[in-house]
Amino acid sequence: MGDHHHGPAKGLSRWLFTTNHKDIGTMYLWFSFAMFILGGTFAMIIRAELFQPGLQLVEPAFFNQMTTLHGLVMVFGAIMPSFVGLANWLIPMMIGAPDMALPRMNNWSFWILPPTFLLLASTLFMEGGAPAAGWTFYAPLSTTYAGPSVTYFIFCIHVLGLSSIMGSINIIATVMNMRAPGMTYMKMPLFVWTWLITAFLLVAVMPVLAGCVTMMLMDVHFGTSFFSAAGGGDPVLFQHVFWFFGHPEVYIIILPAFGVVSQIIPAFSRKPLFGYDSMVYATASIAFLSFIVWAHHMYTVGIPVAGELFFMYATMLIAVPTGVKVFNWVTTMWRGSLSFETPMLFSIGFLVLFTIGGFTGLMLSIAPADFQYHDTYFVVAHFHYVMVAGAVFSMSAAIYFWLPKWCGRMYNETMGKTHFWISFIGFNVTFFPQHFVGLAGMPRRIPDYALQFADFNMISSIGAFVYGLSQILFLYNVIATIVAGKPVSDPKVWDGAEGLEWTIPTPAPYHTFETPPAVR
Amino acid sequence: MRKLSNNPAIDTATKLVVVAVMMFAFVFVVMVPLYNVLCDALGINGKTSGQAYTSVQAGVDESRLVTVQFVATNNQGMPWEFGPTTTVMQVHPGAVNETVFLASNPLPRAMIAQAIPSVSPSRAVAYFHKTECFCFNQQPLEGGAEAELPLQYIVDRDLPADIKTITLSYTIFDVTDMANGTVAAR
Repeated sequence: MGDHHHGPAKGLSRWLFTTNHKDIGTMYLWFSFAMFILGGTFAMIIRAELFQPGLQLVEPAFFNQMTTLHGLVMVFGAIMPSFVGLANWLIPMMIGAPDMALPRMNNWSFWILPPTFLLLASTLFMEGGAPAAGWTFYAPLSTTYAGPSVTYFIFCIHVLGLSSIMGSINIIATVMNMRAPGMTYMKMPLFVWTWLITAFLLVAVMPVLAGCVTMMLMDVHFGTSFFSAAGGGDPVLFQHVFWFFGHPEVYIIILPAFGVVSQIIPAFSRKPLFGYDSMVYATASIAFLSFIVWAHHMYTVGIPVAGELFFMYATMLIAVPTGVKVFNWVTTMWRGSLSFETPMLFSIGFLVLFTIGGFTGLMLSIAPADFQYHDTYFVVAHFHYVMVAGAVFSMSAAIYFWLPKWCGRMYNETMGKTHFWISFIGFNVTFFPQHFVGLAGMPRRIPDYALQFADFNMISSIGAFVYGLSQILFLYNVIATIVAGKPVSDPKVWDGAEGLEWTIPTPAPYHTFETPPAVR
Repeated sequence: MRKLSNNPAIDTATKLVVVAVMMFAFVFVVMVPLYNVLCDALGINGKTSGQAYTSVQAGVDESRLVTVQFVATNNQGMPWEFGPTTTVMQVHPGAVNETVFLASNPLPRAMIAQAIPSVSPSRAVAYFHKTECFCFNQQPLEGGAEAELPLQYIVDRDLPADIKTITLSYTIFDVTDMANGTVAAR
């Protein structure tokens, strides 16, 4: 293999057999964008159906499949792989490592993803249709009352879990063993820190999800009664196991996003990140707290008052480290010499909208109030503010920020800013009215609604179409940049950017840091 | 820690694989049993004990009466006629009380049912003792047959004074298909 060290192999086999972190990162990013478009298509069908009250376009059973697949594809297919792709590209470059620690496992953890999602999407054409119990697939809806596709779904979750666990093990092994000499833990860029903690969360909770779906599998096919009351089981147990995975999962999605904006905001403020140490400790605190708040998703199942109070206070406690982070970002910008290129716009958009999502999260954490909000569009609005304006906005920011480094070409700034403003407006038009209809009592996951919600739903649908179309502009801008963007060759693409990845040539060569850099 | 391999990255990865496997086992070995133990111990979810109560109460508390209500529900798809003969009883704490539920199978084939109890308010669970209950076992019934299902219970003398009414609810499930496997009776 000695003579293969100067460039990538040719043709399709380059991508099939690659062990290069940059190639694998690129594949993860393209794959997650494809899933983003697929999940977005499902969302457009949902919003088209909800454009007017009454049943307009699709059957209720199909609508349920759309809400379910939209959630599954966006969480497991779009957001999580996109951040793994980013980690693959950036972590070795940020810590001065030549590649990921376990490159062959890296290849495998990517390549099991596309067949899995193909299998999941293929259930749409099965008799009985795709899984339709919601992305949270509560038992017994997902066991006793599920169609034959549930077995395919369980298999998909197992494989996705395997992929995530392998990806995380790789990231931890890389960060712990392959840092350049002098790169101590407290000198690591915050993106590396947030991913390290995220990876530990993944290793801890993806097996719990695997256990959860394994119990479903046994209930469906092997006559056990984990979740069936008739046999002495308990459907509420499902919710405890699921949310023991599910709540840390929320932070698995958002922590890498925190890392991204912690890189971008200092670059465009031309100041170092304010409160680096407190950022690290806040991230670790959030990760710890994420394990003891799961039942705040289950206030209405009938847990004892003492339990409700414990989970309520523990949940509110998360606002403290999260607040530390938000204040640190704002303080980083304070008196900086700011400029507002597209990555910065998306980061500020993230900051504002994520904070709104955080506040509605606090509202939902109040157990007595949650009985009103539970399972309404208020919850939908809340988690789209943190998932879309949090994770997806930061992902867009990351692409605009590092794409010139990766391909040596600058994106079109006007088009980027246009993408941001259409996204920002479209997103808010979509989801802000959902707060109102949710507070007024419109339940989620229902294909029809009472007439008084008609106007806000129409506004919401129009916003969704605008937001969806703006992503086509994003795709066009990225392709145009790669194919014919204005070449850049300055290693430091952005004058305020700091870190090892900005010391290597632009575009980033196929192999970097074969000899470790010296860290001051 | 002991070195597992000469490559430190593989060493780290091996340890993490062990963590992942342990977390998978944690679900079955810790979470599920712990949930059931906690529900039994704290009476969460209105779950009552699956075993007959055998202790003896220190006499009957004649000074107060507690209202005990009985509710019966058929789970979806369960065709039996099932319900209490008496819907409300006034009982003294400490006394042994008896009542009977009626079940009939309208179908022409034999079926097996399992009744799952739930007590409300959940604070009362620890004070509601069943000395004999049809819910401890599965109940087979020939096609077209009827049966009287007996229930014997004691309301504990230590029942908090502010609890004046206890509701015992049974949901009856068709377990004919799963009766061949081992099924925990609760």
